Amino acid sequence: MTGAEWTAVMLSLRVAVVGALASLPFAVAVAWLLARGRFPGRMALDILVHLPLVLPPVVTGWLLLIAFGRHGPLGGFFERAFGLVFAFRWTGAALAAGIMGFPLMVRAIRLSLEAVDRRLEEAAATLGAGRARIFLTITLPLALPGVLAGLVLGFAKAIGEFGATITFVANIPGETQTLATAIYNTTQDPDGAGATWRLTLIAIAIAVAALTLSEVLARRLGGRGL
Amino acid sequence: MIELRVSCSLGAARVEADIRTLGPGLALVGPSGGGKTTLLNMVAGLVVPEAGRIAIGDAVLFDSARATNLPPRERRIGYVFQDARLFPHYSVRGNLLYGAGGAGPALTGFDELVDWLGIRPLLDRKPAKLSGGEKQRVAIGRALLSRPRALLLDEPLSSLDEARREDLLKLIADLRSRVSIPLILVSHRREDVERLALEVAQIEPGRKTVL
Repeated sequence: MTGAEWTAVMLSLRVAVVGALASLPFAVAVAWLLARGRFPGRMALDILVHLPLVLPPVVTGWLLLIAFGRHGPLGGFFERAFGLVFAFRWTGAALAAGIMGFPLMVRAIRLSLEAVDRRLEEAAATLGAGRARIFLTITLPLALPGVLAGLVLGFAKAIGEFGATITFVANIPGETQTLATAIYNTTQDPDGAGATWRLTLIAIAIAVAALTLSEVLARRLGGRGL
Repeated sequence: MIELRVSCSLGAARVEADIRTLGPGLALVGPSGGGKTTLLNMVAGLVVPEAGRIAIGDAVLFDSARATNLPPRERRIGYVFQDARLFPHYSVRGNLLYGAGGAGPALTGFDELVDWLGIRPLLDRKPAKLSGGEKQRVAIGRALLSRPRALLLDEPLSSLDEARREDLLKLIADLRSRVSIPLILVSHRREDVERLALEVAQIEPGRKTVL
C-alpha cells in the first residue's frame, strides 16, 4: 500500500469518528424533541432532519459550501468565533459526514427513546428526581442500545460518504481525500486497478468491523440498558 | 388527616371522591375499574384532578381553589406501584438508594431497613432476577428511603400466593408500628385490609366515594 492510500484510510477513520461523535449530542437532543416534544414546528423539524437522507448528496454538499464556505454566513461566524475553518479542510469532511449520517442517528435514537417505559420515569419523579436527573439516570441509560446503534450507523454512513464530501471539500490528498474519494480517483486511472482493489478490501474490512462491533454491543446490552 | 376531595374525568370514566380520614391509615377497596389507582396517582401528582383538594396532614399537595399543584418530585409521596416499577438497569442497592437523601426527616437507616425487609442477600442483584414478593419488598424499601410524608401501596398483595400474602400483610402491619407516616392502601379484597385497622372507603365505578 502506498503512503497516499494509507493517508486516505486514516483520514477516513478520523473524519468518520469525529463526524459521528460530534453530531451525537445534537442527534440525542433532536431525537428527544421528536420523541417527546409537543410544539409547533415539530413536523418541520422532522422533515429538516431527514432532508440529507432524501436530497441528492451533491445538493447537500453545495448547500454546505454556501453556508460554511469562508464567506458563508456560518463559515464566517465559526472562523471569527472559534478559528474553525470547514471549507476544503478535513473538518469540513467531518461536518459533511456528520450531517449525512444525522438522519440515521436520529431515527435509531428516537425509536429507542420512544421504547423507554414512561412509567419508570414517573416512579423516578415520585422519588424526588427532577427532569434532568430522570433523563440522565433513567431515560438515556435505558435508550443506550439505540444510541450506540445510532452511533454505529452514523459512523458507517460517514465512512461511505462521497457526494456531499467531494462537493463541499473537494478531493485533496492528505487534507480531504477519504477512502471513498480516493477510490473514485483510482477508478479514473487506467492503471489504478491494483490500488482500487487494495482500498476496496480495506473498505470491506472497516464495514465488517463496524457491523461486528454493533452486533456485539447489541447482544451484550440485550435491550436491558447499561 | 388524609383529605382526598377530587373530581376528574378520564375519557368516559369519571372519578369522584370526598374522603376525609380521622387517622393516618386509609384503604381504598373495590372492584377493578373503579378508579382506585387513579386516586393514588392523584395523590402522587401523576394525574391532575379537574377540581378539589388533596392534603396529607398540614401539607396541601393540590388545591384547585388556590391554584396549588405540587409536581410529583416535590410531593414526597412514597409510591409502591402494583408492578413495583424497579429500575431494570440498577441493582437492588441502586434502586433502594435512588431517592435516598431527599428532603424531609429520615424514617429509617439503610442497614436497619434492609434487615427488616430481609433483602440483604439481594442487594447486588438486578430486578429481573427477583421474584414478585422480593420486588414488592424492594419497592417498599425504595419508597421508605426517599423520606416520604406518606406511603401509597397499590394492590401490594395481588401478585402473591397465599403464603406470601400472609408475610406481606404482617410486614405492612409491622411497618405501621415502626413508621408513623400516613398510609393509603388499594386492594380489591376487603378481607385483606380488615386486619390492618385502616379506615375503609368503598370505591364503585361511576359512583362518588364518600368517607
